[in-house]
Amino acid sequence: MMTDDRDIIIKAEGLTLIFGKRKKEALELLNRGYSKTDILKKTRCTIGVNKASFEIKKGEIFVIMGLSGSGKSSLIRCLNRLNEPTDGKVYFKDHNITRETNKQLLHTRRTEMSMVFQKFGLLPHRTILENAAFGLEIRGETREQREEKARIALKTVGLEGYEEQYPRELSGGMQQRVGLARALANDTDVLLMDEAFSALDPLIKSDMQDELLQIQNKLHKTIVFITHDLNEAMKVGDRIAIMKDGVIEQIGTAETILTSPATDYVEAFVERVDRKTIITAETLLFKHPTTVKLGKTGPKGVLHKMREAGLNVLPVVDNLDKFLGYVWLEDMIDLEKRKVQSIESALYSEVPSVLKSYTVEEMLPLITGHHYPLAVVDEEDGRLLGLVTQTSLIIESTRYSKTEMNELIDNANDL
Amino acid sequence: MEKIIPLGEYIERGINALETNFSFLWRAIDDGISWTVSFMNDFFLAIPFVVFLLVVATVAYYAKSRGRLFSREGLKRGVGLTLFVVFGFFLIYGMGYWKEAVQTITLVLVSTAIALLLGIPFGILSAKSNIADAIVKPVLDFMQTMPAFVYLIPAIFFFSVGNTPGVIATVIFSVPPAVRLTNLGIRNVPGDVVEAGRAFGANEKQILYKIQLPLAMPTILAGINQVILLALSMVVIASMVGAKGLGSLVYQGIQQNDIAKGFESGLGIVILAIVLDRITQAVANKK
Repeated sequence: MMTDDRDIIIKAEGLTLIFGKRKKEALELLNRGYSKTDILKKTRCTIGVNKASFEIKKGEIFVIMGLSGSGKSSLIRCLNRLNEPTDGKVYFKDHNITRETNKQLLHTRRTEMSMVFQKFGLLPHRTILENAAFGLEIRGETREQREEKARIALKTVGLEGYEEQYPRELSGGMQQRVGLARALANDTDVLLMDEAFSALDPLIKSDMQDELLQIQNKLHKTIVFITHDLNEAMKVGDRIAIMKDGVIEQIGTAETILTSPATDYVEAFVERVDRKTIITAETLLFKHPTTVKLGKTGPKGVLHKMREAGLNVLPVVDNLDKFLGYVWLEDMIDLEKRKVQSIESALYSEVPSVLKSYTVEEMLPLITGHHYPLAVVDEEDGRLLGLVTQTSLIIESTRYSKTEMNELIDNANDL
Repeated sequence: MEKIIPLGEYIERGINALETNFSFLWRAIDDGISWTVSFMNDFFLAIPFVVFLLVVATVAYYAKSRGRLFSREGLKRGVGLTLFVVFGFFLIYGMGYWKEAVQTITLVLVSTAIALLLGIPFGILSAKSNIADAIVKPVLDFMQTMPAFVYLIPAIFFFSVGNTPGVIATVIFSVPPAVRLTNLGIRNVPGDVVEAGRAFGANEKQILYKIQLPLAMPTILAGINQVILLALSMVVIASMVGAKGLGSLVYQGIQQNDIAKGFESGLGIVILAIVLDRITQAVANKK
């Protein structure tokens, strides 16, 4: 990984969690390479998390995703030791959480990490304000102090005006906002979110995801987000860890996982995802296309290049490779006939260009009704980085199988 | 039949040993309970009947109307029990049993207080520890199934006759629901709320006082209601060891074959039971 060590806020090494009475025995069998089912048969112990190692960077949303029973909720509970890890280490900043005494652990939970739960975990006998202030109350802050912070947190999640109501008077989505406000009020660097949005209706879920991303843009927390919903994982996650049977199968960005799944399981898993919103121009980029330099190449030269490349349209750049527009075959023939030396008069500059981060979904409307490829330019200096062909966009959005797709993209790029 | 296992003899010997070795303790308990009972008795009797009646009627109305004292809804809810208190208490007074009724109320209140003081901590303990639960449960079963009369014997032995053995026997008989329902209430607190508390760094004490006890309160209050009713149901039996009140009038009615006395005092107990039950239930349901 290319990050500086100082950027890493949570680090897990060989984290293992075993449920059952004969943990030691089970751990030994696990270390000797026995399978989960064999260990269950021999010791009646279940392996919840199997030697998970990962690093979470400061300020990122790290998603742990897997189906139910994959060990993701057990894993997140190892980070604040709601589940006591059987083996392995968790480092938070510079201290080893797995080694902390009870007192240190309580301190860590109070000041370093807060948590949001699938079932909200609100206190029904307390008002929204008191619920949001709960973590601060546990920490021992004065009423004035904690209520002020809780009010700010409630405002952040859009619950201003609900302070004096009780949880049962609020909808599920609003209750989870209270859960989120309670976590934010503690102002910890790390937020642990355990299936926080899984119990919500699809529409509200999507709203909450958007809101979480907005809040994250403002507050820059480090968020560990558990979900069983791949689309959710892809939407909110900077990086995603995919879990199966307690093992982390792959860690990477949404796009890496989609484009180069590490295992068959991951591949089967990601097949169902809506690729349009994930795949970006960077992946589809056709690098080093044939270009025309304005002022250096005349119509004759352009025609030659077009013939060589077998294309009827070419991108035009300036001396610094900055993208200017396209020229077409017919115009070049026309200019050649009229003996015009410069191609400037035939340059189509009113064309869209995109950045590397544009998704297929965002690019599709830009190509409809036109016949040129999309130019991908550098955000800073407008340099042409490459082209995204219409063919590859259409293939992405219509979802061919992977081999078919590669074949088609290859063919398209060969054009 | 020949006695092969003289269990009763062992028990008797054990109780004897307890009596002689810890006599200072029994003395202290006796003094404490006797003093409390007679103090409360004198206090209640010093209050004029009408004032007492008004206080109870107000409490009944307040509990029933759930804080909506002056609304039509509050009136609709509260009026029934309030009227019942007024008529019931006047009936007891009119029958000439007010003094005995106050003695019974005192006995029930003191026994209930002691039962709760013992029962709720044991309930908390058995909710927190499965081992404690495994020990406490059979003891409670034993206490509830053993005929109540049996408790009278050691109670007299330790405290001779009077109010104290009556209170002790009543406490033993009425403590189980306090333990059981406290235990149940705490165990039924949703795991996710407790887990949320832990995740925010709450220690065991904070989890108990800020999460478990408040959420278990409706169940605990239901337990308190049960304790009061069981205590009231013990007054006749307690009167056999010298506890004063309506119970002893019923007992006299039985002994003297006095139908009038027995019926009247029995009715007095029923009235007290209904009033205490409805008020505590209303308080429990308010949460």
